[in-house]
Amino acid sequence: MTTRLHIDWTRCDGHGSCAELLPELLTVDDFGFPTVRTGDRDPVVPRRLEEAALHAVRNCPLMALRTYQAG
Amino acid sequence: MTTTTVPGSTRRLLGGVQSDVARHEAAHGPLPHLSLHELLELVEASGLTGRGGAGFPTSIKVRAVASGVRRPVVVGNAMEGEPLSHKDAVLLDRSPHLVLDGLQVLARALRARRAILAVGPELDPGPAQEAARRRRGLEVAHLDGGFVSGQETALVNQLNGRRPVPRDPFTRVTESGVDGRPTLVLNAETLAQVALIARHGADWFRSAGTADDPGTSLFTVSGAVGRPGVVEAARGSRLCDVLEATEPRRTAAVLVGGYHGAWVPATHLDVRLTRSDLTPWNAAVGAGVLHVLDDRTCPLRFAAEVADYLAGESAAQCGPCINGLPQMASDLHRIAACVRDQRLPAAVARMAAQVKGRGACAHPDGTARFVGSTLEVFRDHTAAHLQGWCPTTMRPTPRGVS
Amino acid sequence: MSAAFWALGRGTGVVALVLFTVSLVLGIVARSGRPVPWLGRFGTSDLHRTAALTGTGLVLAHVGTLYFDPYAQLRLVDVVFPFLGAYKPLWLGLGTLALDLLGVITIVSLLRHRVGPRVFKAVHWGTYALWPVALMHALGNGTNAGSGWFRALAVVCISAVVTAVGWRLAPSYGDRGWERNPRRTAV
Repeated sequence: MTTRLHIDWTRCDGHGSCAELLPELLTVDDFGFPTVRTGDRDPVVPRRLEEAALHAVRNCPLMALRTYQAG
Repeated sequence: MTTTTVPGSTRRLLGGVQSDVARHEAAHGPLPHLSLHELLELVEASGLTGRGGAGFPTSIKVRAVASGVRRPVVVGNAMEGEPLSHKDAVLLDRSPHLVLDGLQVLARALRARRAILAVGPELDPGPAQEAARRRRGLEVAHLDGGFVSGQETALVNQLNGRRPVPRDPFTRVTESGVDGRPTLVLNAETLAQVALIARHGADWFRSAGTADDPGTSLFTVSGAVGRPGVVEAARGSRLCDVLEATEPRRTAAVLVGGYHGAWVPATHLDVRLTRSDLTPWNAAVGAGVLHVLDDRTCPLRFAAEVADYLAGESAAQCGPCINGLPQMASDLHRIAACVRDQRLPAAVARMAAQVKGRGACAHPDGTARFVGSTLEVFRDHTAAHLQGWCPTTMRPTPRGVS
Repeated sequence: MSAAFWALGRGTGVVALVLFTVSLVLGIVARSGRPVPWLGRFGTSDLHRTAALTGTGLVLAHVGTLYFDPYAQLRLVDVVFPFLGAYKPLWLGLGTLALDLLGVITIVSLLRHRVGPRVFKAVHWGTYALWPVALMHALGNGTNAGSGWFRALAVVCISAVVTAVGWRLAPSYGDRGWERNPRRTAV
């Protein structure tokens, strides 16, 4: 079971806290919206980044992030 | 709107009985009552895949809503938001009973709480409404919306009284859709195919088409052809065979799959309309749109205007799409105008890569595919534009689309 | 003993007002999307939230100590229903109103992931009503209202909020610091 990060694009307003908290996974594009470095839609969150990911989820001002367990 | 059948393909879908139920039953026979198990077996054995564009195996979708506790909702998708597509309009006009039969047999087998045929704003709901009159429990809804209104979650949103724009795909409509119920959304043509399979069986269905992609389907042919219209052909037919009856003229390339599709150049019109044959072109059959471009039309000018349209049709919910698509269109316009900026194709490619997979729906992905294919297939044409002249018009600036 | 309560009651109130001022200004900075040096975007919103929650805690202490201070004559009903107080009913009432607003805003904010972004955003706009109500309560009801240091403090807080809100309304505030096409969204 791996943890994945999901971005709800209908909520995301390109604030950028998430890219700040998860710089290994995320960067921002030309317009300030988060970009997954690997190009995956829902990137895998490695165990050591899980706490940072949780911070990112709770801190997103638009509540556009969530994590979930995928087989 | 002409309809033709490619020689060798049986005329299955376009019988033309319209709303006359007596003629319909005479032509096709009565609709059998099937249990869920029977229907699932038939649909699975037939190998039917969705005719709305995604080509997803229909049996898997049906199973997904059958497994829940709550009674599901079945929705027929006749929104047809793609401007180049007319097959669902023609189907609803000629054979509304077939579409409603498909809806009915599924709704019964699934014990659906509601069965709705969603008709897009460009289509005439009259024949379907007339055909639904004598049936119990089938709703025909004439809805709103643009290019993305036929997207599965956008349609569900509209049926739930919200804006006809996609929602976050995290929650699948097969889990929670219309009225919060598991929802099965199938294209109108897929429903018509289900109705025929229910009557004639899986083997009959497989008697046309290929082993991997059986049956027939409807193609909409437009552009530089003498007789544009809807063509019924076996799956896996060659592109040139499907086009033949429509009298294409001076073909330069064919856009396969509509505005989210990809180009096949005139040198390869013998390509089979199958997944494997089309993959090298980054194309797919999609909803069967085939738009013919002749050698009198500048492909880059055409593509720039399509890119403009697609940018304007963005639901504007997702940042990468509402920002990236206009940027691509603008750069494409500059290429089309023979602006001598050698960095333009790379800039377009970069933005296309940036928008892919970053949105609630596949609108940015489809646009990126179309734009990428344009610059790839018309590479030499693009090179000329970047040198300041257009091979189509032999001028520094091309005229508009003919 | 009563004097201690009275001092504590006033003190917690004043500090709470300062913290809410800090929180409001930081909220506007956070919304602007501009990264603050050393804090960053996450740090800014984290501090915004911490200031607000600390202020809330101090308000509870403020109400608590005044309730147990016989000099304040605070009844239980005055804690919830505004403008029924015995002493300075108008200014006290504003305090009660501020407390009510604070209660709703805090609870909804803590439950924001449950109520969803639309409800959260709508309720959060209430902070622009909460702050002036709390300020007026402090100016009208506060014993120190007349004294110089409090007046100076009030001027500083008001200046900070006016500046921040002015920036919030200015075109230069922009789209979280980026040049973008506007999104059409429910939130």
